[in-house]
Amino acid sequence: MTEIVKQHLIDPGICIRCNTCEETCPVKAITHDSRNYVVKAEVCNDCRACVPPCPTGAIDNWFPIAPGKPWSIEEQFTWDELPAPAAVPVATAIAEPEDVARLTSEATAGQGGPVAAPWSAEKPAVNLYNEKGPITATVAGNFRLTGDKASADIRHIVLDFGGVHFPLLEGQNIGIVPPGTDAQGRPHHVRLYSVASPRDGERPGYHNCALTVKRVTEDHEKKPVKGVCSNYLCDLKKGDKVQVIGPFGSNFLMPNHAGSSLMMICTGTGSAPMRAMTERRRRRIDLKEGGELMLFFGARAPDELPYFGPLMKLPKEFIDINFAFSRVPGQPKQYVQDRIRERHEDVWRQINDENCYIYLCGLKGMEKGVDEAFRDVCRQHGGDWDALLPQLREKSRYHVETY
Amino acid sequence: MSIDYSQKIPNNVDLASNKTLQRALEHWQPAYLDWWNEMGPDKTTTAEVYLRTAISVDPKGWAHFDYVKMPEYRWGIFLAPQEAGRTVNFGEHKGQPAWQEVPGEYRSTLRRIIVTQGDTEPASVEQQRHLGMTCPSLYDMRNLFQVNVEEGRHLWAMVYLLHAHFGRDGREEGEALLERRSGDADNPRILTAFNEKTPDWLSFFMFTFITDRDGKFQLAALAESGFDPLARTCKFMLTEEAHHLFVGESGISRIIQRTCEVMAQHKTDDPAKLRSMGVIDLPTLQKYLNFHYSVTSDLYGAEISSNAASFYTNGLKGRYEETKLGDDHRLDTAEYPVMEVVGDRIVTKHVPALTALNERLRDDWVKDVQGGIDRWNKVPEKLGIPFRFTLPHKGFHRKIGIFGELHLSPEGKVISEAEWTHKHRDWLPTEEDRAFVQSLMGRVAEPGKFANWIAPPARGINNQPVDFEYVRFN
Repeated sequence: MTEIVKQHLIDPGICIRCNTCEETCPVKAITHDSRNYVVKAEVCNDCRACVPPCPTGAIDNWFPIAPGKPWSIEEQFTWDELPAPAAVPVATAIAEPEDVARLTSEATAGQGGPVAAPWSAEKPAVNLYNEKGPITATVAGNFRLTGDKASADIRHIVLDFGGVHFPLLEGQNIGIVPPGTDAQGRPHHVRLYSVASPRDGERPGYHNCALTVKRVTEDHEKKPVKGVCSNYLCDLKKGDKVQVIGPFGSNFLMPNHAGSSLMMICTGTGSAPMRAMTERRRRRIDLKEGGELMLFFGARAPDELPYFGPLMKLPKEFIDINFAFSRVPGQPKQYVQDRIRERHEDVWRQINDENCYIYLCGLKGMEKGVDEAFRDVCRQHGGDWDALLPQLREKSRYHVETY
Repeated sequence: MSIDYSQKIPNNVDLASNKTLQRALEHWQPAYLDWWNEMGPDKTTTAEVYLRTAISVDPKGWAHFDYVKMPEYRWGIFLAPQEAGRTVNFGEHKGQPAWQEVPGEYRSTLRRIIVTQGDTEPASVEQQRHLGMTCPSLYDMRNLFQVNVEEGRHLWAMVYLLHAHFGRDGREEGEALLERRSGDADNPRILTAFNEKTPDWLSFFMFTFITDRDGKFQLAALAESGFDPLARTCKFMLTEEAHHLFVGESGISRIIQRTCEVMAQHKTDDPAKLRSMGVIDLPTLQKYLNFHYSVTSDLYGAEISSNAASFYTNGLKGRYEETKLGDDHRLDTAEYPVMEVVGDRIVTKHVPALTALNERLRDDWVKDVQGGIDRWNKVPEKLGIPFRFTLPHKGFHRKIGIFGELHLSPEGKVISEAEWTHKHRDWLPTEEDRAFVQSLMGRVAEPGKFANWIAPPARGINNQPVDFEYVRFN
């Protein structure tokens, strides 16, 4: 049994006692008396099969609790409403795997810590599976995204959860546990990968997700090194089994409300969440929800840029794409920050549009150049980036994830 | 278990492999859409509604939320997964394999059961078609439309059974289901309750809380049927029906909440004062409850019924939660208490349980309604208001069964015609009451805004905020 740190509870103030959840639960964790429907904490495995069929939303509560001290069903039977969240020791809220907590805090360090998700973002499911109880996915595909002569081997890997409930949102990460042990005989550390497919999967109705993985062959100092997890993933064949944990991440999420715009800035595999968000919006084009998409995407050259082909096929009126290539023979080096400066009119307009949300994702260090570019754009228009940035963060409009 | 959405008619019954059936249903489909456009929600064809659509019938896939224009809603045929080796679980065929085809001797009975159930589905859409014009909020409007499209889908479910298992008769019944009209003098719907008007939102909430709950119990009894396709169809419909009950229960609860807030704020329980402040006084709510409860109670039929007995013995319609009951599931010798009127006294007598199955189902329903009433009563209790809602006696205001010819007070006292005439205005909504409720009905269609007579819900749909744009107008 995994240690309970968030307890699944049913809100007796909303529940209509229709029995749907009890009927649905595959592990018989839900029971009832003449007053209330309740969840046995020691039986519930957080599979969430009960959530979609609940007609009221009463089922959808996960309360942080002190480890080892769940509410008993006898206590739950006496409730007329859920206990006040204040009664719950929040300090022990979410026990993410230690590795995940560390990686997440490193990823958001570039913006001075995590920023809350946009107000209209879908509520994410997190920590459904951890290293003690990972979910097994099957590789449904592994395609090279970069050209044959490209310096980097970047791959699009599709994982299928075989119908098991593993809800994901654009911008969330999943953890991969490479098999085997390190030189000291300890299990490998978990690695986080951003999901590259929208919430309904690579194909709506199929229970899968895609990752954008670069085969790591050198470290940050350009010394040769063989990345354990990336090489493991890049070498996977169709049908191979992979141990997955997660989902993780409840901040770097996209807005859901009509009329919301996205400004996406990425390099290399930082394109994964951007692809997910773009694809989510592309599937909803017919709904004419409004809002603009603007993309700044940096790579060495077109054949080094993941998803270059599919991006070129998107209608211009749907997404405003700005590529920056730094190694095209005979052309000056271009970085995303140069493109941001070039497009200062639109960038300034978007910074000032309350409905525009800005996302940065890529290698650690990229945020500095982007930050400078935004500062220049603001200066050009009589604005002050250093005063604006805290407001953007406050309004959940500026999200950074670098690794 | 995935639903095939590539077909004209989404389905998980492999319709494509039965060309004759597929053609027949594709022929019925335009007639259905004509009916929807004529009798479905009024003036809504271009509105985009945040609807729930099933994309598969397993728990993960059947609640997919997105904006849909109602005429483009993908109505389809979804059956719950087949249970391997399922048997008939009650009656004289108990233990035999469940039927995948209609047994010849029960053909006409099953057809009647399916047509009667099927007829209620479009009827309620017709009854509710004007309510969109007076919605108290976008949230409520969205819920109304969700209920409507699902009632439409339930009609599809029944028509599928008629087409798939009843040949030409079934196809003709399918057409007739689109021809009858709620409240029409020449071609009414089959059951009385479904020819009443649903003129305002209070009636709508009462209807979904009380009358859709009759639907729940009828469907639950049919979900036990030995005729497997009917059982599987009803099982999936039940999942949708739960949402309708929620709409009703929470709707009334929010009305009570709002009234109690005003009562507490102004320290008054004077109906006239409360009405002048634009909220519905609690005694009026009680009258509406009395009305809907008694009219719906008649839907269960007479307390003693040989029809109900043969439905059970033949394995066609079970009891509520049949397989969870710990008896012989044949009821040859079992008894069940029903009420009887002796002079002006009401006594209980024991009758053969087989003949009292209507009453038993009614009792299960009463218990379920009472649970909802108890939850409503927590609202005034919490605000320190002494009023409590009560269910009238089972014999109050009935037209069918042993109480059909009598007059009873809500407390269950047999009274004379004269006393009834004199007093019934205190127990049932009067013309004035209805006119007052009607006078409150104005349209509120701005995200996050609610009519004065109803409180906002405790939470939005699918984790969306309460001020989410649940309906978008173009």
